[in-house]
Amino acid sequence: MNDATPAFDIQAIRAQFPILSEKIRGKDLVFLDSAASAQKPRAVIDAMVHALEHQYANIHRGLHWMSERTTEAYELTRDAAARLLNARDRSEIVFVRNTTEAINLLAHSYGRGILTPGQAVVISAMEHHANIVPWQMLRDSHGIELRIAPITDAGELDMAAFEALLSDFRVGLVAITHMSNVLGSYTPAERITAIAHAYGAKVMLDGSQSVVHRRIDVQALDADFFVFTGHKLYGPTGIGVLWGRRELLDAMPPFLGGGDMISSVSYERSTWADTPHKFEAGTPAIIEGIGLHAAIEFVESIGYSAIAAHEAALTEHALAKMSAIEGVTVIGRAQDRGGVVSFTLDRAHAHDVATLLDRQGIAVRAGQHCAEPLMRRLGLDSTARASFGIYTTRDEIDGLADTLTRIREFFA
Amino acid sequence: MFEDVRDLYNAAILERGRRPRHMNKLAAFDATAKGDNPMCGDRVQVWLKYAPDGSIAETGFDARGCEISKASADLMVEAVWGQAPADTRAMFERFRQMAQSGECPSCAAFAPLKPLAAVHAYPSRVKCATLPWHALLAALEGANNATSES
Repeated sequence: MNDATPAFDIQAIRAQFPILSEKIRGKDLVFLDSAASAQKPRAVIDAMVHALEHQYANIHRGLHWMSERTTEAYELTRDAAARLLNARDRSEIVFVRNTTEAINLLAHSYGRGILTPGQAVVISAMEHHANIVPWQMLRDSHGIELRIAPITDAGELDMAAFEALLSDFRVGLVAITHMSNVLGSYTPAERITAIAHAYGAKVMLDGSQSVVHRRIDVQALDADFFVFTGHKLYGPTGIGVLWGRRELLDAMPPFLGGGDMISSVSYERSTWADTPHKFEAGTPAIIEGIGLHAAIEFVESIGYSAIAAHEAALTEHALAKMSAIEGVTVIGRAQDRGGVVSFTLDRAHAHDVATLLDRQGIAVRAGQHCAEPLMRRLGLDSTARASFGIYTTRDEIDGLADTLTRIREFFA
Repeated sequence: MFEDVRDLYNAAILERGRRPRHMNKLAAFDATAKGDNPMCGDRVQVWLKYAPDGSIAETGFDARGCEISKASADLMVEAVWGQAPADTRAMFERFRQMAQSGECPSCAAFAPLKPLAAVHAYPSRVKCATLPWHALLAALEGANNATSES
């Protein structure tokens, strides 16, 4: 295989993912749906099984050995997540179930607790539904205006229009994707935060896709909030992270009420635990949290420079191969883009394409990708989407391209 | 390469999906409803005209979606001509059973819909085949919209 990137042994990496040796109807699994959820390396699986077999009890409350050890293991994930994002302090890491919950937490606690009616939230025209619907709910319940920053036909944020949306100084928060799950476009986070801050707005970056592909430094980005989910980062489902500046988190009211998030409770009143625990009501996803630690260490062991180089090479190769196929249209032409390639085929609907690819063992996503307004902006009903992970090879992309050519012949 | 999908992508489905015979809006109609599958983006609209006895006299549809949903819509509107609404509802129940199991119980008059039976082997595509039926039943009920997740 021609996957030689310095210090990046693709076969050694693939060998760490047990599922990649599965056969689909007798054919090798070609998993090109990592943007929906990534596969899990042995280290993550082992860490979770180990915890279940040897080190499990409820956390933050037991006075016994098992609880203390489990608490320690779970809390180490907070350190790992802080390191991953270059947070100033581990207390800025709030554990949530997933990105969707992180954004709902923000819309609830920051939106209802800090923003005031008459202020506005800005999102972009290429958001996942998870970064649209919570803000609509806030708009409708709390009198917050929702503004949509347009994108160009290439699939990039229209920066002039974005700045114009902020010019009346009424925007309290910009909540925007850091990398589109449909177009693969990165948004220029440093420019976004600089502009937003100049107009008095805070910035939340949805890093669901970006954290998988690119080193994140929330201090260098000058972000205020950054959210991501574990399962796209080779970790388990059910665990995600909301990072926020400590002073912002401190000022926010809690989200869910219950155990673990209180300092004291009486029938008259309760007081809240400190950040981050005041946002973490109830028994969390303990095993999944421990699994996320293993996922972060797995990514760090390979290193973001190697990951980024591998995926940049794959993406460039994919764009060249796909563009060369008659009848294939790649959607989105952003200059700065990652390993997500949406496309249409002239002779077949995306679902039919996905079904026929599946019969060859090739897993892609087809549909609206939880981004219906973006699809309308693009004038499309659906696309097929191939998305790449740390384990994706050039051969797999060549196989995708060859099969697309054959699908086009099938529907001739 | 794709011989194993010929059960679903058979000659009848490909012909109906690619060149539907009834994909047109009725100029005069008594009922219409849209079907929308928001997860995948398929959209279909069905128009109905009733005969004096209440049976379905004319049907038409428009669809934006995959081969399976268009073929299903095209076969469906033909299959329900002349039927009373109650018979159409019963037919949908039998069709849904067939789409989910591949089996077609008591379906003497069901032959035209049998090309879709293989969809049961493609669980994620069953809703493509049933979406037009959800729209048709919504039109019969006098509703305007339907969604399909099963």
